[in-house]
Amino acid sequence: MPEALIELRNITFAYPGAARPVFEGFNFRLEPGQHMGLIGPNGCGKTTLLHLIIGLLRPQAGTISVFGREVSRDKDFTAVRQEVGLLFQNADDQLFCPTVLEDVAFGPLNQGKPPAEAVAIARETLARLGLEGFDDRVTYKLSGGEKKLVSLAAVLAMQPRLLLLDEPTAGLDEDTKLRLIHILQGLEISYMIVSHEHDFLNHTVKECCHVHLTCCRSTKEGKGGKSDG
Amino acid sequence: MSAIQEPFSEGTSLMHRLDPRVRLVAAALFAVLTAAVQTYAAALAALALALVCLALARLPMRKVLARLLVVNSFIIFLWLVLPFTYPGDVVWRWGPLAVTREGLLITGLITVKSNAIIIGLIALAATMPVTTLGQALQRLRLPEKLCHLLLFTYRYLYVIEQEYRRLVQAMKIRGFRPGTNLHTYRTYANLAAMLLVRSYDRADRVYQAMLCRGFHGTFYSLGTLSWQRRDGLFGVAAGLALLMLGYVEWGLPRPR
Repeated sequence: MPEALIELRNITFAYPGAARPVFEGFNFRLEPGQHMGLIGPNGCGKTTLLHLIIGLLRPQAGTISVFGREVSRDKDFTAVRQEVGLLFQNADDQLFCPTVLEDVAFGPLNQGKPPAEAVAIARETLARLGLEGFDDRVTYKLSGGEKKLVSLAAVLAMQPRLLLLDEPTAGLDEDTKLRLIHILQGLEISYMIVSHEHDFLNHTVKECCHVHLTCCRSTKEGKGGKSDG
Repeated sequence: MSAIQEPFSEGTSLMHRLDPRVRLVAAALFAVLTAAVQTYAAALAALALALVCLALARLPMRKVLARLLVVNSFIIFLWLVLPFTYPGDVVWRWGPLAVTREGLLITGLITVKSNAIIIGLIALAATMPVTTLGQALQRLRLPEKLCHLLLFTYRYLYVIEQEYRRLVQAMKIRGFRPGTNLHTYRTYANLAAMLLVRSYDRADRVYQAMLCRGFHGTFYSLGTLSWQRRDGLFGVAAGLALLMLGYVEWGLPRPR
């Protein structure tokens, strides 16, 4: 069996002051090339799971491995974040630079790329998502759909090996949803999507998991997903 | 639409094209020097310099006047108080009110100085977008944290304003009408507290998103500022003008 992209073992996590833990003895595995949907009622821990993987939250017990390496300290997660992209629920949280180009170039610049190369990568990523001519647009003046696509470009510009999407369709119109489906189907990397929209998941992932206290239970959702290639 | 209007930041005039750094340094020195002068000769010279800069910036006059009107509406209050309260020779008396010569002179001086500084700042500093201002301040080696504070405040002021509007709408929809009563005060206190909490949460999430994209404490700028010969020339000219201003104030023998 190949090495898992992500492996969580015996994770216990509770928010401070919460009566019950979100996860207790939680186990989870994501294989390379897998496209997975995470479903479940509000508050079941879908977003928490993503934040644990990328180290924004730390478990009280258990181990997390990403790309076969165990991660526990700040330094480990800094490295993880270079290769795992997280698309936030609210694009306004993600777009903080004044202009689109600056925002998309922010990640590559942090990766140590020289400005000219960062700009080139940003332009290319924007073009790949059909966002040509957005360079000098002011981020807070974009529409909701544009904001979502630009923040996706900002994440993809870092050329991640794994993409985590937190309710990417919330508040989007049908057209933007279709564009998003199209973009995701064209990606060659693994991704996990938290979503409440079964229709969207049907088009983007092959399997879905219901997030529970101790594990993710596979469901029959998403069988009609995209074909390989 | 932004919460902050920047009516003067766009343009192609000489002033707009000058390097923001030289403009900021000139504006800061000019403002400090003008604030310090005590004679009419120097204050009027400063006003003349400011007007020259304004001419170089080629700004829409109507908007400049509108902004000056706002500033001068504060100065009106000085005219209503200072001439009557400043001790000195009485030049005009009406009942218990007495206008002093010194009072009139000092109020006039304050008026000229404030207008000179405002016009100077409009011409030199308001002619760049806030983001460029932040970038230039950063390049001038001002504390990074202050520059970030400026840029983030600018970016999220609009978001927070929208959040405020949404909350106010939600209050209105549920029949809230402000009055002079405890319920109103309590509601506004809740509103302010909720905005604070939400801003705090948002700051947290923005920081998380930045961490996810590899942020580790330093901003890298795409750096579009480039120093050119005309910037150096403007710097020298501004320096000479400021020296002259100083000479008019402190070098010339004063008529007393």
